[in-house]
Amino acid sequence: MHSFTTHTGIVAPLDRANVDTDQIIPKQFLKRIERTGFGQFLFFDWRFLPDGSPNPDFELNRKVLAGASVLLARRNFGCGSSREHAPWALADYGFRVVIAPTFADIFFNNCFQNGMLPIRLGEEDVEELFRRARAAEAAGGPYRMHVDLRSCTLTDDAGFSRPFTVDPFRQRCLLEGLDDIGLSLRHVDAIAAWEAAHEMTPTTR
Amino acid sequence: MPAPRTLLDKIWDAHVVCSPAGELPLIYIDRHLVHEVTSPQAFEGLRLAGRRVRRPEATFATPDHNVPTTDRRLPIADPVSKQQIDTLRANCREFGIRLYDLGDADQGIVHVIGPELGITQPGMTIVCGDSHTATHGALGALAFGIGTSEVEHVLATQTLRQAKPKSLELRVDGSLHPGVTAKDLVLYLIGRLSTEGGTGHVIEYTGPCIRRLGMEERMTVCNMSIEAGARAGMIAPDQITFDYLRGRDLVPRDFDSAVAAWEKLPGDPGAAFDRVEIFRGEEIVPQVTWGTNPAQVVGVDAVVPDAGGFTDASDRESGARALEYMGLKGGTPIVDIPIDRVFIGSCTNSRIEDLRAAARVVQGYRVAPSVHAMVVPGSGRVKRQAEQEGIDRVFREAGFEWREAGCSMCLGMNPDTLSPGQRCASTSNRNFEGRQGKGGRTHLVSPAMAAAAAVTGHFTDIRQWTYR
Repeated sequence: MHSFTTHTGIVAPLDRANVDTDQIIPKQFLKRIERTGFGQFLFFDWRFLPDGSPNPDFELNRKVLAGASVLLARRNFGCGSSREHAPWALADYGFRVVIAPTFADIFFNNCFQNGMLPIRLGEEDVEELFRRARAAEAAGGPYRMHVDLRSCTLTDDAGFSRPFTVDPFRQRCLLEGLDDIGLSLRHVDAIAAWEAAHEMTPTTR
Repeated sequence: MPAPRTLLDKIWDAHVVCSPAGELPLIYIDRHLVHEVTSPQAFEGLRLAGRRVRRPEATFATPDHNVPTTDRRLPIADPVSKQQIDTLRANCREFGIRLYDLGDADQGIVHVIGPELGITQPGMTIVCGDSHTATHGALGALAFGIGTSEVEHVLATQTLRQAKPKSLELRVDGSLHPGVTAKDLVLYLIGRLSTEGGTGHVIEYTGPCIRRLGMEERMTVCNMSIEAGARAGMIAPDQITFDYLRGRDLVPRDFDSAVAAWEKLPGDPGAAFDRVEIFRGEEIVPQVTWGTNPAQVVGVDAVVPDAGGFTDASDRESGARALEYMGLKGGTPIVDIPIDRVFIGSCTNSRIEDLRAAARVVQGYRVAPSVHAMVVPGSGRVKRQAEQEGIDRVFREAGFEWREAGCSMCLGMNPDTLSPGQRCASTSNRNFEGRQGKGGRTHLVSPAMAAAAAVTGHFTDIRQWTYR
């Protein structure tokens, strides 16, 4: 898995609350058997018109946001399904960071599995970032932010600076690009000991 | 004296394998349920890393999301669906996993067959790459949905990295009025909590209203815990649980010893929850969602809300969006809303008691000419039992389609979908935009309410129904 230490990127503001996993990646696109190629289906029903052409009214289709890698959203981002296709689609599209006041639990965990950093920030700070993004766009350019996972700070070039919190284990795994399964298999003796100490209910024929 | 512990505490403590310094704890997973949508990449990951499944005998698979609910002797028309189902079959064969495949008498929706076969048992940790895994908590298990990477982790290690969630007690005192079902109860709770009210928590449902629910009703409640943001929902096991499980295929051979152990699971008196919310059953009327998330719900005797009436700005905005998508105007009585389709099915409400309840409503009536209605039993077993009881005949004579088991129209990954603009009374669990088909308009209701709407052609208060 790719490691994540620092990241600088264009911020794409998605000013909607409760963005659910059916919007992030509609179910008809869950039929692939590979992990890749989901970016083309990200926010499919919002990004594209019925005839397949880009929807000019969808925020993320604005030219100034081309190449955006930091998604800014409102509360309860990623609610709904456990489908990891949601972070796969976001990552494949180019996002490495999602900033929101709150996230749904399963989506939040799924991000870490894919080298993506979900950042919980207070509602007022998120509101301030939406303001700055709008102001930057009005002035003609995209809005950029810097994320430093070593110091856990979020900054921009206009004086915004906030700390964020990350579970220390998740932080370490991202910083070092650690494979979760490989790490867990280091504890295989403890797993075997637990199994030996517990009655394994006989099951299948 | 050790501190009193909740059901969650007891199950958690019993399953921690190790808590190494600086790492999230590893918890052991007793049962891993698998379906065809979220597993292909996990098996491929195992294959690429040269790993095997650590405990194939603790792993159970069935295809449910993609399967057609019509004649299954015919080949699957959608090549991509077929590929996913074939891939599951090949993976189960390669890794030695028990598969309840198409054509197997016990195939069905994974969260229906788990309890039905006695795979789900009290005190267990159970995971599946599906958010409605919460269903199994009804039997007093800690059960929750996981993503595909975690599916791979469980296949390889039979464990999961988890921080212990917080606990939320939802106590429902009093009793439910006639005509008010478990589905109405959980929709009401979600409406009160919001779609993120339970985030970060595991819900334990307590109180006399909950105790009085039968096992299938408890599954309906726990199933929708995720819609309030809680990964898992549980109901402590009791005699109803033990009676449900006795004699099922995969329960322990020494059942009485198992019961003796399970009886120790309910929370100790005085055990503390991180948060407690208390409700009264008498406050609940039959529910109908009006919007595009399960918390946008009102009683059937109410009106569609006016988006401008919400106090929170973001609720006003999402309310307005929802009303536009759903083609509804604030102030419209719910009972005035006509429907085009009725879907009775899904892991929420497709068990035998759900079908009996709907059949009782439909008996002696016919589906309205403007409505296309279908019933999809949750499993082969449910279907066969319904046919033994003559329930399928009641539905067919009334003009419902009677289908084979699968997730069907809950989410349009198989041929059962809504066309744009079609309005559906559905016994499923999510009404997100496009969930049942692009442009489709989903209203979540109980099986009896869906059946009544099929007959009248619009939402109808089941409490005033004339049974024939």
